[in-house]
Amino acid sequence: MSLIVRDLRIGFGDRTVVDIDVLEVGDGAIVGLVGESGSGKSITSLAIIGLARSAGAWVEGSIELDGRELTTLDESQWRELRGDRIAMIFQSPVSSLNPVFRVGDLFVRALRLHGATKAEARDRAARAMREVVLSPDLLRRYPHQLSGGQAQRVAIAMAVALRARVLLADEPTSALDVTVQAEILELIQRMRREEGISVLFVSHDLAVVSGLCDRVAIMQDGQIVESGATGPTLRAPAHPYTQRLVAAIPRLGSAHA
Amino acid sequence: MLELRELTVRYGAETAVDAVSLTIPDGPFGVGLVGESGSGKTTIARAIMRLVAASGGSVLHDGEDVLRARGGALRAYRHAVQIVFQDPDLTLDPRMRIGTAIAEGMRAHGRVSREAAAARVSTLLGEVGLEPEHAGRLPHQLSGGQRQRVAIARALAVEPRMLVLDEPTSALDVTVQARVLELIAALRQQRSLSYLLISHNLAVVEQLCEQVAVLYRGHLVEVGPTAELLDRPAHPYTRALRAAVPELDEALPAPAIRPDATADAAPVTDGCPFADRCPMVLDRCRDERPELRELEGRRVACHRAEEAIELPLEPPRG
Repeated sequence: MSLIVRDLRIGFGDRTVVDIDVLEVGDGAIVGLVGESGSGKSITSLAIIGLARSAGAWVEGSIELDGRELTTLDESQWRELRGDRIAMIFQSPVSSLNPVFRVGDLFVRALRLHGATKAEARDRAARAMREVVLSPDLLRRYPHQLSGGQAQRVAIAMAVALRARVLLADEPTSALDVTVQAEILELIQRMRREEGISVLFVSHDLAVVSGLCDRVAIMQDGQIVESGATGPTLRAPAHPYTQRLVAAIPRLGSAHA
Repeated sequence: MLELRELTVRYGAETAVDAVSLTIPDGPFGVGLVGESGSGKTTIARAIMRLVAASGGSVLHDGEDVLRARGGALRAYRHAVQIVFQDPDLTLDPRMRIGTAIAEGMRAHGRVSREAAAARVSTLLGEVGLEPEHAGRLPHQLSGGQRQRVAIARALAVEPRMLVLDEPTSALDVTVQARVLELIAALRQQRSLSYLLISHNLAVVEQLCEQVAVLYRGHLVEVGPTAELLDRPAHPYTRALRAAVPELDEALPAPAIRPDATADAAPVTDGCPFADRCPMVLDRCRDERPELRELEGRRVACHRAEEAIELPLEPPRG
């Protein structure tokens, strides 16, 4: 599925915090949305999944998922779409899972909302867990009994079980150790390769984005200041802000104290 | 000089730091402390600052045991060693003006007149790249990077010889981080500071530290000169950490160690703490804990270190 954002403006009161002409995630593509804190990248991903208004923001413009306009959906239409077609994973995986339910019950509730029977739901949950290399035994746990990496894989497994076609990932590895980050990034790549899902990957980490994403859009103060194929854009950034970002990355092997 | 000797910290039944021995020489010198979350990095920092009680071992400052220090000796130690946390907001009272926050430490540690303190605050603000006007501001009127500079100025106010820096730039944007790292590098030369720098970012450690110590589940698994450890890691866990760092314009690193698929890390028994995730594990590793030993200029705790150090750095992509 493809996602196209056009003339998107997001604001709080009389302050406009996002003003994007165009942002596109093609079918089966992984696109990086990069920026520093306050750049507007997170509120943009919340707007795409229909949660910006509940965060107190206003949203204008167009967000189309395979030609279907999302900005005009009401909450019940959103409930059907969310998870089913489009899912989101967050920076702090443990706190994004409802703490009062066991992981297995979270799956069952989400899947039944989308029409599965209880037995089907249990079966699909176990399969999705194996797909993200987790033991189905973890379904009996509460979210706080998982490590950060396990919880992030559970969140991805939930998107898989719901057969979401578009994944919005907001800094999904920023809170994880580098060895765990490598696992999650590999999993996202595999989901794209095997399931053909499209991914909007929101991150501040250009090194991660350069290895993961086909295309990249750089955001500063609510606007996309540069975008293009990842390799050329980061190798030879045209915009001064992108140049500053690239130059500021601490790199191994560049300095010995 | 600060010396940890078999420092051990237990929280109830759980051993967070297990007999860690590590020396931080006089400045200018940086020692990096790396390892995954829960490996005990922050617990070591807190034990050094006496914010948690050690369960065993000692911390020697210029030969004096600081864990048992009281009165004047303890005050002198608290002048000499200061800590900077990841989140400056934990250090700064939101209602206290920046100048007052910096002067507070100074005045708590000795008799300083109000005028002298104000002058010192201006100097310190300049030293960390802020303006004298910032003294009159409240923390929320500054950016995150500026607040971290204030936290550093506050730590420097008592003229310490050593800093414990606990992920000092992890909460900052990358362009801001770059400038704070430059500040730390400059201060270390100007003030001949030594520091223990806790970071999850190996590139940051490489930039600021002569030595690096690698922790895994409370155990020191490798320690030695930064360049050698990063170029030729001898412990499989150091190799995994090194290999997992994503680099600009390169393919993503393949996961180098087995994911924790089932949940609880197997309890560490007599064997190597890394055995259940190690790609080079032998039966022997599960029964016999490897001791830290010298190998090619570093100390490493692995039965197969001689083989590991010879392996190419990037694992084959599978």
